[in-house]
Formats: sequence, structure tokens, C-alpha cells
Amino acid sequence: MTIQNLIDTGRFEVVNAGDDLTREIKDVFCCDLLSICMSKGIEDAAWVTVMGNVNTLAVMTLTDMACIVLAEGARMDEVGLQKAQSEGFTVLRTEDPIYPSARFIDDMIHA
Amino acid sequence: MSDSLEFKYQIDGEDFARVGHASTDVKKKLKMMGLPPDVIRRVSIAIYEGEINMVIHAYGGEITVTISEGDVKMVLADKGPGIPDIEKAMTAGYSTASESVRNLGFGAGMGLPNMKKYTDSIEIETELGVGTTVTMHVKF
Repeated sequence: MTIQNLIDTGRFEVVNAGDDLTREIKDVFCCDLLSICMSKGIEDAAWVTVMGNVNTLAVMTLTDMACIVLAEGARMDEVGLQKAQSEGFTVLRTEDPIYPSARFIDDMIHA
Repeated sequence: MSDSLEFKYQIDGEDFARVGHASTDVKKKLKMMGLPPDVIRRVSIAIYEGEINMVIHAYGGEITVTISEGDVKMVLADKGPGIPDIEKAMTAGYSTASESVRNLGFGAGMGLPNMKKYTDSIEIETELGVGTTVTMHVKF
């Protein structure tokens, strides 16, 4: 499933559509503590988290995750939003909790 | 690669918006140089954790990355307060980070443990009130 496919499901609000919407999402990763995310982040995963700041974007880049999905109504702060826009990162969001959001993405990957 | 390449980065203290600048740049450079993905990931993690530590605890500092045949050397030097108990600081889960820092998603007590885990060697020189220098190597 590509990032564009995930957007097209309409399940998530698009905070910022990144530069490469054809990128394949191959897995889902859930965690909020950035040091753990840094060591355990999964390449090409959609990362479901409540941490919406510029550091989240740095960790996403360093671990080669595909996109960020902010759950539980979390929002990207202003600095993070500007960074996502200038660097072309995809950030989505939802009011739903982390688990059903991640489960949905996982189901879509394996559909 | 016969000659070594050196890159230096100044890290600003308390500037969380810039954390990741050095590690992201090093990652790009190592990618361009064609180093193995696993080496790039390990170096990125080690430098990123170092950057965070320097911002949280040490009012910033300087990172020097030297890439030579089969080795990435990272030297992270700060003029912070020093580490009173290195053994404790190396314990996973132990953290002295403030509540505000934890609210940003840091302070899990994984910084130095991650740096040790993902590098082939780590050496910490620290003096209270003077500063800390962490030297790490990743071999490839």
C-alpha cells in the first residue's frame, strides 16, 4: 500500500502530504518515547504516535519510516508543521486511539 | 577510501527544534558514500542520542565525525555539568531529564544505553563542572 492509497481511504485527515506519495508502506510502528522509537523504528512503516513535534520528524527521517499518523487527536505543533512542509514529510492525523488506527493500517497493508 | 573525512557540528543547548540536525546530515553523507545501511543506522542513532543529551543536559557542545577506512569515529564534547555517576547513567531507564523534556518524548533513560548498544566501542571522559567527552566507534 502506498502513502497515497492510505490517504485515499479517507480514514485520516491530511496534515501535510509529503513529496513522495508513491512510497510503499510496509509495516506499522507504534511508540511515543522517542529514544525507543529511535532504536526500534521500522523502515518503511507508518508510525502511529501522539508525539507531534519536530523531534518526531527527525526520528522518522533517521529511522526511514514512511509517514507519521498522529492519533488520539494529537496535533503537530507549528514548528513541526513548517518542517514537514519544507522537507516534504507526510503527516496524517485522527481522533481515534492508537490501536484501532494502527490496526486499520495493518489491515490495509495486508488487504 | 584511503583518506579520512571529518565533519564538525555545533549543537545549541536548549534548542530542541534543531536536535537531529547533525545526525540527519551525517546520515545523508554516509548514504552518499555508500556505507552499509546497518552502519548508517547505528551511527545515526548514536549521534542522535548524543545530540539529545547535549541539548538536555549540557548546554550544547560540538560533534566531530571522522570517517576513515572501515571506521566511523564520533567525538561528542560538551562543557556541561559532567556525569556524577556513569554507571547509573549507563543503566537503561535511569534518567535525570526534567518533566518538560519528558513531555517532548525524551527522558526514557535510553540515551547512553542506546549509544553503547549501537556502537562497537564507547568511551566516556567526564569531570564535574568541566564537561563530558564521549568517543564512539562504529566499524564496517
